Amino acid sequence: MSPIENRGDAITAPPAAATSGVLLVLAHPALERSRANRALAKAAKGLSGVTFRDLYETYPDFAIDIETEQASLLAHDVIALQFPLYWYSTPALLKEWLDLVWLHGFAYGHDGTALVGKRLFVACTTGASAKAYHAQGYNRFTMDDFLRPLEQTAHLCGMVWETPFVVHGAAVKDDEALKAEAERYKARIASLLSATLEV
Amino acid sequence: MQSFLTQTLFYLGAAVISVPIAKRLGLGSVLGYLIAGVIIGPHALSLIGAQADVMQFAEFGVVILLFLIGLEVQPSTLWDMRKAIFGLGGAQVAGTALSVAGVSMLLGLPWQTALAVGLVLAMSSTAIVLQTLDEKGLRQGPVGRAAFGVLLLQDLAVIPMFALLPLLATIAPPTHAAEAGHGVSLVAHLPVWAQVLSVFAAVGAVVGGGRYLVRPLFRFIAKARLREIFTASALLIVVGVASLMQMVGLSPALGAFLAGVVLAESEFRRELETDIEPFRGLLLGLFFITVGAGVDLPLIASQPLTLIGLVLGLMVLKFLVMLGLARLFGAPLRGAAAVATALAQGGEFAFVLLTFTVGAGVIGATLAALLTAAVAVSMALTPLAMILYERVAAALDAAIPDVTPETGDFDDGEPEIIIAGFGRFGQITGRLLTANGFRSTVLDSDIEQIDLLRRFGRRVHYGDATRMDLLRAAGIERARMLIVALDDREKTVELVETARKAFPDLVILARAWDRRHAYDLLANGADAVERETFESALALGQTALQKLGFRAHRAHRAASFFRRHDRRTFEDLRPVWGQEEAYILASRDAAQTMDKLLAADLSRMRPGDAGGAWDTASLEQELRERAEREGAD
Repeated sequence: MSPIENRGDAITAPPAAATSGVLLVLAHPALERSRANRALAKAAKGLSGVTFRDLYETYPDFAIDIETEQASLLAHDVIALQFPLYWYSTPALLKEWLDLVWLHGFAYGHDGTALVGKRLFVACTTGASAKAYHAQGYNRFTMDDFLRPLEQTAHLCGMVWETPFVVHGAAVKDDEALKAEAERYKARIASLLSATLEV
Repeated sequence: MQSFLTQTLFYLGAAVISVPIAKRLGLGSVLGYLIAGVIIGPHALSLIGAQADVMQFAEFGVVILLFLIGLEVQPSTLWDMRKAIFGLGGAQVAGTALSVAGVSMLLGLPWQTALAVGLVLAMSSTAIVLQTLDEKGLRQGPVGRAAFGVLLLQDLAVIPMFALLPLLATIAPPTHAAEAGHGVSLVAHLPVWAQVLSVFAAVGAVVGGGRYLVRPLFRFIAKARLREIFTASALLIVVGVASLMQMVGLSPALGAFLAGVVLAESEFRRELETDIEPFRGLLLGLFFITVGAGVDLPLIASQPLTLIGLVLGLMVLKFLVMLGLARLFGAPLRGAAAVATALAQGGEFAFVLLTFTVGAGVIGATLAALLTAAVAVSMALTPLAMILYERVAAALDAAIPDVTPETGDFDDGEPEIIIAGFGRFGQITGRLLTANGFRSTVLDSDIEQIDLLRRFGRRVHYGDATRMDLLRAAGIERARMLIVALDDREKTVELVETARKAFPDLVILARAWDRRHAYDLLANGADAVERETFESALALGQTALQKLGFRAHRAHRAASFFRRHDRRTFEDLRPVWGQEEAYILASRDAAQTMDKLLAADLSRMRPGDAGGAWDTASLEQELRERAEREGAD
């Protein structure tokens, strides 16, 4: 069965032929408790050209629908992953999503060319402040270091790696500061969108 | 003498015409009934005859009203209200009686007569006050509670008044009327200690009977599943308690209230409420009509100024006394004014007491007739006074910003969720919701089930949940969600359909018997359904796969994948179903669907398929090829 014939449960993917826009994949297991990720998602969701996918809301039982997800990937130019950094990595369901959807033969390998030329954009929030993500900080490595696995994923799939968007100290930021970050995020997504239009 | 049917025709006709008009004009239903009474009464169109019998019948409406109010009052709430009842209520009766008596003495009455008049006029009209407050939505708040406390004490105060009033006699009683008014007390001839004893015995009987006799009786009747017998026994209780109270010289309304309080904690409360409610409305309406008909128009016409003076004097005086007392008891100005306005009229007890005092030689017949007219007119004016109060309050709103919001409730909080049916299915859903902090009210018609649940402190009510009136009594109008978990296909569809029609915005979730039933429910307005066996059968299937050698995660993924596939098939076949249903018999239909399901299973799923997950065959192939290439280098 081809991805196009596939009928989605809650989300209907646009036809694969006309690729456009940003697929914003959000992974947060307790979004109701997150101020930062909610503020960011809310700011970006409203932009036209953004397809919003809330992974924990769509697959509470981790039973990811591979065909639907692959169709969504095919239909967009920019794949944006938004998540809080958990143990220097992605939340479990986002990792599951990569494991199950970005398959050999689809995303990489001889015949895996589905994502070639698309761009991968990571937006990530951290609890610790920016100072911690430094050779002399208590996390000892930079954010770029921690995001290497995703950067290499993009590379293996023939994708363009966009500069990540990071909000540090998300838990301790006040509403005013979060609002500013959300605006910055929105502007960044908007610029990704306008870049896809030029292509 | 008109026939019973003609009389009924006039009463019902007058009510049906005048009440909706009065409501449309913003006057409220009470005023509508009163006006209807005046119009068809003996002094205007004279369509109805002697009022005495009808009045007695209609006063039963007040009894039922008090019973229903009792049902809403948990004993603990009553205890919380003691300040309103004995403090404010006692102060109101004493204060009003004394000030009315003082004014009467200034007008030249001897002190005994003046005091009697004061006591009689201190009473307010339970029926009119509560109905009016209900219509204004004030009954459940602090205003309603204060007013209700006062009314309750007035009902209590009637008992000593019957004992006290004869002592104030100044004129020789007309001998033939000696027993008038005071009902049919069987204990009047007994010595005082025996009378007191009989009162306690009667109250004890009501409390004890309500606790230990009524519940087994209802349970027995509920098992017989006869609606009308349930209604009949509910009425029987009210009538029985009322006559018992009358026998020992207590107010029947008070007795009914007591019975209501005793039954307030029983699981039959909602059902009782629903069954008796229509009687209350009709009989109260009849009561208001008789009050309207009792307004002596010729007397008013002959002494218009005296009467206007009496009515206004009475209402203003009662208003001022109550306003002052309510303020003294800490009510905010606006609330105090509302209570005072509501209680400013004379009450139905005044009619009884006046007849009694005339018989006892306390008050002269002429004065009594004048006072009766004044009380009737003041009752009729109450809804208008409330409207006036609202206008003034609205005008002053800008000036007085501290409006107390009407909060608080007799009831134990509005349920957010109503669960219809609490058997094997509903209780699992219900437990999950309760465990997560949601308030739910449960309706079930299995008496054993209810017994068990109540032992664990759940709020479960007996009743057939397909009855809309019962759902309303359970609070569906303010609930967010209705969960239909009945063990009956037809009733489930019926309930979903009627609830959807009545409440377009309510979220309705339903337990479906099978696929066909699920389509039915969705077509009738359910927001979501769950086939009752699907999830459990799937879980068993998953266990089977595991026992057959699948590793747990693979079995789990296979079950998840199957769930998604089945739900999708459910959606796919939905329109097809509607067309087929028109001409295919149910049995064949089911077989055909099974065909379609099996076909879909085979086309979409491959044996052992878990949706393509963790299939690394192609990767291994490629890695092998790469290794060979590298080895060749």
